[in-house]
Amino acid sequence: MFKLLKNLIKEPMFVIGSVLFLTTILAGLFGPFLYVSMPEGATYEAPSATYLLGTDNLGQDYVALLLKGLQNSLYVGFMAGIIATTVGTLIGLFGGFKGGIVDDILNMFTNLFIVIPSFVVLVLVSASWPEGRSLTLIAVLIGLTTWPWTARSVRAQAASLRGRDHISLARINGATNLEIIFKHILPYLASYVFMVFIMQVASGILSESAISMIGLGPIGEGSTSLGVILNTAKNNSAITDGYWWGIFPAAIVITMIVFALYLLNNSMEGVFNPRLRK
Amino acid sequence: MRNNIVFSAKNISKFFGHGKKLVCAVDDISFDIADGEIVSIVGGSGCGKSVLAKIMLGLYAPDRGTFLYKGKPIVDTRDHWNEVQSVFQDPFGCFNQFFSIRTQLKDAFGILKNKPSKQEIEQRVDEALLAVNVKPSDIEGKYPFELSGGQMQRMLLARIFALKPKVLIADEPTSMVDACVRANILDYLMKLKESLGMTIVFVTHDIGLAYYVSDRIFIMHESKIVETGKPEEVTQHPKSAHTIRLLEDIPDINREWIKK
Repeated sequence: MFKLLKNLIKEPMFVIGSVLFLTTILAGLFGPFLYVSMPEGATYEAPSATYLLGTDNLGQDYVALLLKGLQNSLYVGFMAGIIATTVGTLIGLFGGFKGGIVDDILNMFTNLFIVIPSFVVLVLVSASWPEGRSLTLIAVLIGLTTWPWTARSVRAQAASLRGRDHISLARINGATNLEIIFKHILPYLASYVFMVFIMQVASGILSESAISMIGLGPIGEGSTSLGVILNTAKNNSAITDGYWWGIFPAAIVITMIVFALYLLNNSMEGVFNPRLRK
Repeated sequence: MRNNIVFSAKNISKFFGHGKKLVCAVDDISFDIADGEIVSIVGGSGCGKSVLAKIMLGLYAPDRGTFLYKGKPIVDTRDHWNEVQSVFQDPFGCFNQFFSIRTQLKDAFGILKNKPSKQEIEQRVDEALLAVNVKPSDIEGKYPFELSGGQMQRMLLARIFALKPKVLIADEPTSMVDACVRANILDYLMKLKESLGMTIVFVTHDIGLAYYVSDRIFIMHESKIVETGKPEEVTQHPKSAHTIRLLEDIPDINREWIKK
């Protein structure tokens, strides 16, 4: 474990990725509580010493909005990531371990979900929910539409472990199927599942931004997300009138989180996969 | 005499895949194995000997024919594993890398119907380790990747000494260890037979090893048993062409091994 960390720290990708990601996490967690937002100013005031990133169409301080948006986007990303990873991993593990008819059925189910474009489902469900779309609802929807890729890759890995001798030994030791799955297969896939989880968080944040951008994101008091900021700016002619501070900071923050997560994922692959180890 | 039959196979076959890719791993095999016998199943790679071993162990069910253990078909595999246990080929792949050896040896008792008390389990694990000449303190807190191949193979045997099954299916236990350890493992197998009266099915590709340990030898080739008999008969007067080939392939120090 210690060696693993030592290897990770040598990796520049990991260092940059984790520093970026920790910064965003800390900013998202504590920023909204620590930052004292400026009183409302004029509409679309340009960045200045008082308003570091200017104000929006209602004269609200953009820094405060961004911190709150970051917090909510991370919440949606993590929630969606947890749901997608859990559902996908469980389905993949059972299918891959059981094989035969159970595997066929679960695989068919997974393929069915892969074939249906998840973004369209997301749009349709969100659109049919005109009121009270909370952050949690959006997160659950994203989680429930993005699990199939996890299921597929975990299934392949679990199936390759099924024929191993230590599984046969566990069986003649009298282990139950559940014990085999959680004690003898899951630990072997843990690093893999963790990497999948990171990717799911990144794609959760992106999906949320995308759906909010087209105006189907969370609505209601305090549910400003990074995508919602972009959407509000777009709706209030920030793009056409050249109020760049309405668009760029939010877009950069989204890019930064996702970039950091991709870096983390890539650097971990270099450590977990012995063939890529230096 | 009939009561003493442990395994009885009548025309069993086992297939894998389907359609054009159908592969027959075990083809119409019949045999009986008596109580207390050491039977070696000898054959080259891919001849179906490991599949046959897995059928005896109850991990696979034959697709055709009847396979009986003590006169009854294997219905409840847990019951079966109470009495029939196995040592596998790859000592490194056999243990879960995430748990210590001792924990896994203790886990093995989970299969026993009359599970001994915690104290007795500890004691039996210690005894089993001593039976394979390993000091219990040497492996205390150790994980599988910290041991050598020979030690790991002995751990697998320790598992058998601890569980004391009636039948042992040893699926190529010697193919991945060096010559010294190989001799050791054969000694332990003989010890198991002598002290516990265990019936042993020894699967190997090495007819030389089979000759030393077995009461009877089955020669397998292309999914069929091509010859059976006592070790002396099989090695001195081989009937099948395949047996002759296996015998010719035994390394011999005084003979020119690779023809130039």
